[in-house]
Amino acid sequence: MKKTRFSFVMAVLFLFLSFMVLISLNMGVVKIAPLDVLKTFIGQGTDRQELVLFNFRLPSMVLALFVGAGLAVSGAILQGVTQNDLADPGILGINTGAGFAVILYIFFFQQSMAMVSGVGIYILPLFALIGAFLAAFLVYALAWKKGVNPIRLILVGIGVNAGFSAVLIIFQVKMNPQDFNQALVWLAGDLWMGNWNLVLVIVPPILLLIGWAIYQSRTLNIMNLGDSMSMGLGIQVEKARRTFLLLAVGLAGLSVAAGGGIAFLGLVAPHIARRIVGPGHQRMIPTAALIGAIFLVVADTIGKNIIAPAEIPVGIVVSIVSTPYFVYLLMKTQ
Amino acid sequence: MEERTREANKEWNEVTRKVWRAAFLFTGGIILLAVTMALSISVGVTDISIRTVWESVFAFAPESTSHAVVRELRMPRALAGALVGAFLAVSGAVMQGLTRNPLASPSIMGVTHGAAFALILTIVFFPAVSNIGMTAAAFVGAGLGVILVFAVGAFSKGGLTPAKLALAGVAIGGMLSSLSSAISLHFQVAKQMSFWYAGGLAATDWVSIQILLVAGVVGLTLAVLISKSVTILSLGDEVSKGLGQNTFLVKALGVIVVFVLTGAAVSVAGTVGFIGLVIPHVARFFVGSDYRLIIPVSAVLGSLLLVLSDIGARLVNAPYETPVGAITACIGVPFFLYLARGEGRGSL
Repeated sequence: MKKTRFSFVMAVLFLFLSFMVLISLNMGVVKIAPLDVLKTFIGQGTDRQELVLFNFRLPSMVLALFVGAGLAVSGAILQGVTQNDLADPGILGINTGAGFAVILYIFFFQQSMAMVSGVGIYILPLFALIGAFLAAFLVYALAWKKGVNPIRLILVGIGVNAGFSAVLIIFQVKMNPQDFNQALVWLAGDLWMGNWNLVLVIVPPILLLIGWAIYQSRTLNIMNLGDSMSMGLGIQVEKARRTFLLLAVGLAGLSVAAGGGIAFLGLVAPHIARRIVGPGHQRMIPTAALIGAIFLVVADTIGKNIIAPAEIPVGIVVSIVSTPYFVYLLMKTQ
Repeated sequence: MEERTREANKEWNEVTRKVWRAAFLFTGGIILLAVTMALSISVGVTDISIRTVWESVFAFAPESTSHAVVRELRMPRALAGALVGAFLAVSGAVMQGLTRNPLASPSIMGVTHGAAFALILTIVFFPAVSNIGMTAAAFVGAGLGVILVFAVGAFSKGGLTPAKLALAGVAIGGMLSSLSSAISLHFQVAKQMSFWYAGGLAATDWVSIQILLVAGVVGLTLAVLISKSVTILSLGDEVSKGLGQNTFLVKALGVIVVFVLTGAAVSVAGTVGFIGLVIPHVARFFVGSDYRLIIPVSAVLGSLLLVLSDIGARLVNAPYETPVGAITACIGVPFFLYLARGEGRGSL
């Protein structure tokens, strides 16, 4: 893997992403041609175009980009740390845990899902994080039996997932029908609140965590060689593993706060990245982040336009596309 | 020589003990089931005394509202609980025997999700469909679910390990429920869909009972007929072939049992999870590895569990109903975790 090729891959992905963003911004109920999108950016658009673009499309686009990248990096770290190709924040129950906390918060402290009040937007991600960490702690603790074995971790994750879902449905059926529908959609994955406040709360920490993950990627590479090898190379394995897990869970929690329980994105993006740039994390993580962002923007565009004026939530599109790939991976691995 | 006779005697005693234990569990279970069903009929928004329940069966007075409630609502509900519980438990037992996989069960393998998906499609595209049509759709969907998961197993390297099975089931189930959500949101039938995904017995009537009875006669009889072959198959394909068994036939019949029973159960009660996972393990714990004993004991214990869970669903948050699937999950999840940690017999 030469450095030039990596730069080439990143450039191509980045161009493709920009292209998709432009296309996606111009599609929707109000059509804005790509040229007009550019014009509006430099302040030459009509008021209507500015309103649609800056107040509605752009914030949800920015969220899509960072939620996609966040989930992808979270999955990449989880796969590295657990040395399991099938790890993903969704499978391990972390997404459901975060979703559970958010639904509880809305159920007890907010009137309805459609109107999360001003301060609520800042508190909601906090709840998502608490839920994500709670779920991760439960999974880790319940899978602990003189160490954590990757298969046991995943099976326990499935169990914890089912448990959270069961308790969730008890609260869900008590909601009014409109909230029920929205909760259902959101739990399947939906960029539900496209507004700048949420962008401000969610994006900086996601960026920070992704940056940190890339900075620490060499440690991840060494950890992939196995516990004894990494200890020999001077890494405190348990401590490093815990730090990385916290990093991955934090990313997943923040992503869920903005995008709901999007399944399998964190699993598929790192796999594709590994195919393109190889297993080295310092290259794989940025590539996975870009692929995750592309994936989510494309899925969001498809979901919003395929049966317009109705919308399919982005998580459902992601799940339909990535499940076959997951099953294929499942059949391939020993 | 004497040593060997003693050994054989001991083994024989062990076998008879298990048969006796199974007989005891079976009859005791049925008596207990009768009691809990009576309880289930009497408990509800308005409590109806056991005496009135008795009268409404044996001295029916058409003008009494409580008699009508018992006959038209509570009795079908209790019966449906018993039948659906038995169906799911027997499905799970047959699946575990055929796949030799301790995690095999209708809900984990995506069979219930297949049935629910087919039901959603039917509601959306044929809104005027009859109950029988719905059940037929559920059969097809359940069959598709079974075939899909078995296909994943057949084509995967190193066979279907318990972890892979669970993952394949979760993935396929997740995709089917995503598709169902998309369809139901688009056609605005999300409410019906939520009913099937939460699982519940509140809407059962006598027509559902008729459907369940027909499916039960076919499915349970077939299950009992193949139980001996399933026992042999559960020792491994080679053993089974060595003993001159037509392995393919047994597996095919087993798959039929699974989709008839699961399809009927889902079309009446929605996706009630974990009964098919937990109950066969409990039965195996008491009566050993002979499916001629496991299947009937599972049926009775499954009935008991679902009728009790249904009573719980009405009491936990009265006067509102809690989805019965949530109750069975609360029992099933700890058990699943116990299996996942590889403790107890039949470990992974």
